This record gives sequence, structure tokens and C-alpha cells, in this order.
Amino acid sequence: MTQSNRLNQGGRIDRSRRLSFTFNGQQYTGFAGDTLASALLANGVDIVNRSFKYSRPRGITAAGPEEPNAIVQLGASEAAQVPNVRATQQALYDGLVARGTNGWPNVQRDVMSWVGKLGGSFMPPGFYYKTFMAPASMWMTYEKFIRKGAGLGRAPTEADPDIYDHFNQHCDVLVIGAGPAGLAAALSAARAGARVILCDEQEEMGGSLLDSRESIDGAPASAWAEQVVAELGGLANVTLLPRTTANGYHDHNFVTLHERRTEHLADTAAGAGREGEVRARLHRVRAGRVVLASGSHERPLVYANNDVPGNLVAGAVSVYIRRYGVVPGQRLVLSTNNDHAYRAALDWQEAGREVVAVVDSRAKPDGDLVKQARDAGIRVITGSAVMEATGSQRVSGAKVVAIDTERFVVTGKVETLECDTIASSGGYSPVVHLASHTGKRPQWRDDLLGFVPGEVKGMHVAGGAHGVYALGETLTDGADVGAEAARAAGFEEAAAIAVPEVAVRQESPTSALYQIPHEKPPLRAPKQFVDLQNDVTAAAVELATREGFESIEHVKRYTALGFGTDQGKLGNINGMAIAARCLNRSIPEVGTTVFRPNYTPVSFGAIVGRHCRDLFDPERYTALHQWHVENGAEFEDVGQWKRPWYFPRRVNGKRETMHEAVARECLAVRRGVGILDASTLGKIDIQGPDAREFLGRVYTNKWAKLAPGRVRYGLMCKDDGMLMDDGTTSCLAENHFLMTTTTGGAAGVLEWLELWHQTEWPELQVYFNSVTDHWATMTVTGPDARKLMSEVTDIDLDREQFKFMDWKEGKVAGVPARVFRISFTGELAFEINVQANYAMHVWKALFAHGEKYDLTPYGTETMHVLRAEKGLIIAGQDTDGSVTPEDLGMHWAVGYDKPFSWIGQRALTRPDTAREDRKQLVGLKPKDPKVVLEEGAQIVLDPEQKIPMTMMGHVTSSYYSPVLESGFALAVLKGGRNRMGETVYLPMSDGSVHQAEVVSTVFIDPKGERQNV
Amino acid sequence: MFHIFCPYCQEYREEEEFHPSGQAHLIRPADPASVSDEEWGDYLFFRDNPRGIHHEMWVHRLGCRKFFNITRDTATYEILETYRMGEQPSITAANAEVRREQGVQTADGGWQTVGAQPENSRLNEETPS
Repeated sequence: MTQSNRLNQGGRIDRSRRLSFTFNGQQYTGFAGDTLASALLANGVDIVNRSFKYSRPRGITAAGPEEPNAIVQLGASEAAQVPNVRATQQALYDGLVARGTNGWPNVQRDVMSWVGKLGGSFMPPGFYYKTFMAPASMWMTYEKFIRKGAGLGRAPTEADPDIYDHFNQHCDVLVIGAGPAGLAAALSAARAGARVILCDEQEEMGGSLLDSRESIDGAPASAWAEQVVAELGGLANVTLLPRTTANGYHDHNFVTLHERRTEHLADTAAGAGREGEVRARLHRVRAGRVVLASGSHERPLVYANNDVPGNLVAGAVSVYIRRYGVVPGQRLVLSTNNDHAYRAALDWQEAGREVVAVVDSRAKPDGDLVKQARDAGIRVITGSAVMEATGSQRVSGAKVVAIDTERFVVTGKVETLECDTIASSGGYSPVVHLASHTGKRPQWRDDLLGFVPGEVKGMHVAGGAHGVYALGETLTDGADVGAEAARAAGFEEAAAIAVPEVAVRQESPTSALYQIPHEKPPLRAPKQFVDLQNDVTAAAVELATREGFESIEHVKRYTALGFGTDQGKLGNINGMAIAARCLNRSIPEVGTTVFRPNYTPVSFGAIVGRHCRDLFDPERYTALHQWHVENGAEFEDVGQWKRPWYFPRRVNGKRETMHEAVARECLAVRRGVGILDASTLGKIDIQGPDAREFLGRVYTNKWAKLAPGRVRYGLMCKDDGMLMDDGTTSCLAENHFLMTTTTGGAAGVLEWLELWHQTEWPELQVYFNSVTDHWATMTVTGPDARKLMSEVTDIDLDREQFKFMDWKEGKVAGVPARVFRISFTGELAFEINVQANYAMHVWKALFAHGEKYDLTPYGTETMHVLRAEKGLIIAGQDTDGSVTPEDLGMHWAVGYDKPFSWIGQRALTRPDTAREDRKQLVGLKPKDPKVVLEEGAQIVLDPEQKIPMTMMGHVTSSYYSPVLESGFALAVLKGGRNRMGETVYLPMSDGSVHQAEVVSTVFIDPKGERQNV
Repeated sequence: MFHIFCPYCQEYREEEEFHPSGQAHLIRPADPASVSDEEWGDYLFFRDNPRGIHHEMWVHRLGCRKFFNITRDTATYEILETYRMGEQPSITAANAEVRREQGVQTADGGWQTVGAQPENSRLNEETPS
């Protein structure tokens, strides 16, 4: 293919570097410096996509991030697929492969086009809601088909081979946008010594200077841009970030920048010869001051068939000609309401192609550019506009007519001009998106016919972003604002740079024009598109207002205006203007919708950064982790901890199932001796003269008389009387305690203690410190525990000397240890605490001596079974924030007569908390011993009752007990303690119903004799 | 993401280091036994949710572990001041307008100062002082 639309000279491309690429299966060539869009236009590719709803052919419309049509699927390999890439923002590289996103099976012949043709007027706004509503169960089916037909891009099915980084950055002044205003602002701030970050989304910094017709200091505007970028690049206090989009403006000047580092070279970093390098970075910038120099987007005019390929916004025509040396057609008609757009006609003519006419809606335009056009022999038709484009696959003509914008009618005879390109300009909209991310609504300015950013603290706006458009003024504004931002950031001496000389141009005022009236009534005229990406027409907006949608937010949701990946960058203001006209209100009265991050789509890779795979979430290991791994443990996640779940052995050449392993581990503890790595339990060291008093206030039970050397189990409630955590606390010395918490509750309990100390009782002298990681905990438990322990410790283990709920200090396996006689299994148990880095030594010593007792390591599953057999709760499993100590039957652990009103006490006597029929903890014994009830199963009293049944409670813990040779469960049941011996029913989702007897929560050794030997 | 001045560390730190901890200046009745069930219920469950000036307790969880208070505009997300536990706010819903006009500086003159224009002059009237 030849590049039929490529000029022989001009543009910022390198004609010596020819690049080949594939679009929709067809091979093309372009040049280094091209975007995919400019290369497609150079090759005369008219149709790049099918439209979303009506499946109409679509071509390239714009040249920047506002492009609504040229949305492509990028990537040569499956793993490199990137959906929804704007061809206008994708640099061309050799071997690029892309497809149009919409149009299945292909853009030229589209099976969905029947929807557009047949649908036509049958597809009003809300069509999908109205048509595919019922039956609801079919929606997923409809949606699948619609989605495939419409095409919204697709995610790769293979893993992304690239890596991405997050950078945390700080600067005094962040300048967003490197056009004339941004460059001047950055230079002012940088010369004052401020740390400056300058980011720009394009391949090259310079913005509108790169396609400007104007001169700066007598040289082309782009030369000044190059010179400033070079100076900034040489300053140590400046960070230049090209190919970097400011995508989100968050609270307190926190801005996220998306920097693409290899995407202009290949579809993967490796493909670009940069294996192992970062493909994209997400900079998280906390800026002292932000200079918003994001410029403006040109608005197209809304006229009939304005979506046919060959309709472009006027500025884009200039960009393609001047920057890429591409003229996207032969014969141009320009429709405008302002002077600035005339440069498209001048550029077109200078490129040697024919300008058929400029159609200006104003009665007497007489600015410098208008004069220039007239002098160049271009026909200027005033008081008129292009009413309709003709042609289907490509523009073939423009129907031009005189219009009365006040009365919104055509006033003359329609003249049809033959052409293949229609450029339109309805004026300029400042890019307010980022400012509105902060929640500040943009403000309408009648003099500018556009919204400008609302006032955001710490933000300064420069240039086109607040409607300063003339080049000379833009430079001055940028220089001033940059200095102002630097001063505000503490560089008091900052002064504006001297602004270079730019000739002033006379401009005639822009007229307000959005939609062009048609000779047919609006609802009968050919489609006039407002939002090209979502196929929203002017008629749809009008219909929405007629159907009662008056708020622009409702119009937006009803019509899908601005809902596309382009967020309506081209169409939003036109849509608001049309709604305003239909409602007979002004644009500011109709209001604007809220723009939200991100400004342009960001790849998931950049958002995720390194937080994926192994680094998705921190993992915590105990000091004994390696032993567990080597001994074949299966692991369970408990919070961030990896805890051994069970230790399957090989029996007769077969690996045990979890059920078999757990049964073996349980029996080992009940009959011999087992060992558990309990290091993950939260441990809080509490010291201070008021430590004891403090414990009495945060626990429900009494602590006044706990002597050094003793241990007590405590319940902790919130002030609403509901259990939040439990654990043992040991008195190490008169003013020194060691509290244990649940594994998952450790951080929360520490914060809870700090909260009450710091906010309610700061007068108490007490200090808290987490020592969870400092101490490893090993639980040796079972009838043989004492025999084993006696071989490894110098502590006197005599049952009279070392009683249940005592703790002793001594040596275990030769290292200093604290040993606690507490039991979570109901068996004789010693909890050994040693410094974490001694843990492996002690653990191995225990196994060396334990071999003759068949010392059996067990995991969390066995721990759960053993504790549940004893009716011992796990806070957070058997409780859920709505369970009081009384509900748990733990009256014995509640000190109602303590002098200080401890946390939760008052609430326990509130009427609701004191109800008799609250859900209470009970045991459940299934009638069929083989049944293990489902945790979470609902309990009912009458299985015959019609749905909805009266639910009386639910199962909180349920296991199979190898000792009982039966399933058993803990449950909360309304009025449960008065239902002992009753039969309850548990209906299952498969229709079966289990029966169970309500029993005590203690299934084994009700008198607690086994742990107290 | 907020930028928060910790009144104990005397530094601005990122929101990721902090954790919100609910409404500030809640008064736990000194003698819980003497208050009615209803009063205790109010203390337990009822919280203000103003549009505008609000006082919140935060904790510098991944820093100094201290609890402190923030005066924040819930409509603009602006943090007007931060102050230590036990101190009283200098900006309240009742005086916010005056304080704004006076351009009162709090913290160290950086972000947590007054001076922003409320979007709506009635903004603060909805909050009982």
C-alpha cells in the first residue's frame, strides 16, 4: 500500500525510518514519529471501527485523547493484548498489530449492521432497558450477545509478561501539560529553584506549539518548545515526564501520573529489546502546588450524519497536516463559529489540496485569519453551517444552509458542496477533567462559551485550561502562573520569565453554536451524533428531556452520554447545550456532570504495580515455618499468617486425606502427646503501676488479685457489651503482664488498648507493646506432655508445684523460656515461649526427645476440633459482634461487682442485651453420627413450616470427632440454654433436613479433669 | 488521599499511615450506672453526620500510634486543623465562617489551614454546635 495522503515534506516525522504495521489484518507502512492514527490516515484508511449501538462505519475524528472512534485492540500476541487504545495516542512502531475494537466479525462487513438499519428509529434511548428487560433470567444471555456484537475490547487470556512500578514522588510544583502555558510555567518555577515535575501525555512535549502556524521570536513556535524543553532537561531540580498522563487529581494535591516507558517501542518491554525493564510507572505525586496547563479540546459541531468517515474536528486536520505531513482527504469543507478553526483551511490549501469552502455561522467574521483565507481565494460562506454530510462509507458532500441560531431554524436554500472531508469547529472547551476530580464543579463562562475549572486549593490554572487561547497571552499567563505557584510553594523570589515575542492576531468573536438546525424537525432529521463513542444522538437527548429527564445527570444515565472510555470529551458540552435548548434553560442551569478519574484508561498492570503474585499481600511466617514446609504441612491463611493446617503423612504409600490426618492428630493429643506451633497468637506486653487497674477496666473479669506466676483467661467486650476478643493474661510481676489475643485480633486489640488509654484514661500509667514476633510459642499437650517436658526442662513440673494456670520461668532445651500451664485442648498442656530465634532449636530438641512418645505435630484444624470438643470458643468464629459473654454462658467470667464500670458492663443490663431469648451458645449433636453439619446452616424448629421459615439460630463450628466417633457442632440458638435435649432441624440447600439434639457445649471431660493432672 | 499533619510527630504524612476512628469528643458518662438505658444507647450508637465541619478522631497507626483529632470539612474534604487528644478545636461549625474570614492559620501554615470558600454558605448551619 502507498501512503497516498502523505505529503512529501513537512511534519515532525522521520521519512527515512519506514515502519510496517498491521491493522485489521492488512499490512501498511508509516514513518517514525507517526501515531497509529496518522499512519492510518496517511494510508487512506477511512473506516477504523463500527459504532457501538448502530454499527455505523466510523473513521478517525480527532488527534488526541478525545478521539471517540479510533479505539483499537492492540497486541501481536495473546499475552500482549491491550484493549481500548486510542489510535491517536499510540505511537507507531515496527510490527505493530491492531484491530478495531468494534465490529464483529470485521469493520467492513458487519453482521450487527442490521441492528442499526433495522433498529434505526426503533432504538430510542433506554432501548436495551426497555427491550431486554424480561425475563430477568435471560439478561445475562442478551448481554453476552450485545456485548460481543458491540465490542468493548477484550482482556488478554494469558498472563502479562511485563512489570510495572509505583513511584512515590514529591515536588514543589507539578505542571500538568507541556504546551505553551505549561512550558512557560515550568520554566518560571524551575528558574526560581522549585522542584518541578513536568508531565505531558504526548510522545513529544510542546502541545499546540508543535502544529502552530505562529512564530515565537521570529522562529517557528516548535523551535521555542524544543529550546525550553532542552533547558528544563538540563536542570537538576526538574523532572521531565513525557508520555505521562496525569490521570487522577485526588485530595490535598495528590496526583497520579501514568508514565508509559516502552509502549511506543513495542507491545511488550521484551519486544522492545528492554527485557526486564519496567513497561509503565504509576507516579503517586504529592505536589506542593499544581499548575493545571491541560489546554482545551475543540468541540465538533452537531449536524446530520456527522459520524460518516471524513468528518473531523478542525484542529485535528491541522495537527495531521503540520505534525505528521498527512492530509486526510482531497476536498475540504470547513464549518465553524470561530476564527481559530480557519487555520485548518489555510493548512489544507498550503498542502496543495482543495478547500471547497469555509462555512461560518457568523454574519460578518473579519478577523485576521478570516482575511487571510479570503486573500488566499478561499470561498467563505457566512451566516451558514453544514447541515448534513452525505455519503455512507466516506463523506461525499456537505449540505450547507443559512441558519438562524436564535430561533434554531434554517433560513435559506440548501446548497450541496461536493467534498470528501468536513472539518468542524464549535469552539473550545477547557480541559477541566482533572480539576473536577477533586469534587469542585466547573464554572460556566459566557464570555468563553465554556466551563473553566472550579477553584481547587493549591491548584493554579494556566493557559487554555481556563480559556486563555491566544499564543502570546498563553505564554504570559503560563509564565505568571508558574511564578505564582513557586511563590506559593515557598519560593518567594520567584518571578515570571521574560516572555518571547508573538505577533498579536485580531479575532472576531466566537458565536454560540452547538447543534445545527436541520430542515427536518430534530427527531426526523438524519442522525446528528453528540457522543460518537456511545452513539448518542441529539434526538436521543431531546427525547430524554421530553420523557422527563431534566437533570443532566439523569439525561446522561438514560442516554449513556459521556459513558464511553472517552468520558465524552468531545460530546459532553454539546449534549448539555442541546439539553439546555430543549429545556429552555441556560447551560449553567442545566449543569455539568462530574468527571472522575481516570482521565484516560490506565492499564491494570500500572495500577497493580508490583502488588501481584507473591507480593500481592504480605505473608507472615513463624520462626518454625521451614520445619513445617519440610514436614509436608498443608497451610492455612490466618490473617496474613501462614499456619500449618494439618500434617498429612504417607500411610501404606498413600498420602492421608485431611480427614484422616486430623483424626490421627486428634487421637495423638488425646492419647499421647502432640505439639502445635502457636506463635501467631497475639502477644502484648503491658507494664506500669496502673497496668492491673487497666486490665480490670478492659476485661470483663477480675484482675485485682492475680498474683505473679498466675495466668487468667479474660473476655474483652466493646462498650456495647458484645465480645470482641479473648485470651489469657499472665502476671509476670506486680506491674508487668503479658496479654495474649487471637491471631487475627492482635493489631486491633493493641489499638483498642491504646484508644482507651489515650482518650479515656490518660491518667493511668501503663504502656503497651506488641511482642508477637519476639516470642515463639509451642504447645506441648496430651497425657504424655509432662514426661516429654521433664526431659528438656529444669522447671519443676510437679503438679502441686506447677499448677494449672501457673506460669514458670526456666530453661527449655537449654535456652531461657517461659512455660505456661494453660490448655486449649482440654488435655494436660505446656505452652513454651522462647525467643523466636531459639524456636527451631527448641522445637527440634522436643522432637528428638519426643520420638519415643510419638510426638505428633498438629495444625489448626486439629486445634479447632480439640477446642470445640471442650466447648472453647474462637472469637470471630463462634461470635460475630452480636454475642455477649452471657450469651456464651460465660457468666463466670463477668465481674459485675467490680468497682470500676468496665468496658461493656453498662450495656449488659440494657433491655435488649438482657433478653432471655437471645441467641445462646449451645452444642448440637446430629442424630446421624455420620453427619457433619454445615457451618452457617440455619436452625429451625419446624421443618414443615412454609418458606420463609422462622430461623432460630445457626451453626458456628462443626467438625467430626474421632473420639466421639460422631459429628458435633457449636451453634447459637434463640433461648438455647432452655432447650437442652430438644430436637432442632437444619434444612439444607439440596432439600434434605438434618436433625440434631441440643446439648451442652462441652462434649468431652465436662469436669475438666484431664487438663488438671 | 489525605495528607495529614500528625500533631505529635509534627509532620505531614500520607493517609496510608493513619486510620480513622470515628467521631471525636464523644463523652463517656463518668458514672455509667447512673444514666438511663436511653442515654447509654445514645452514647453507644448515635453519631453526627454533618455536611461541613466535623471533628474526627484518627490514629497514627503506622507511625507514633497516637490518637488525635482532625477538624475536617466533609463536603470539601479539607482538613482544617489537627490537634492533640485533650485539646479543643479552634474551628467549629459555629465559628468556621468567622475563622475562615480571619484566615486563621493552624498547624504549621501548610495545608491544614482555613481559607477555602465553602461551596454553599448554608453549609455549616446544618450542624448543631
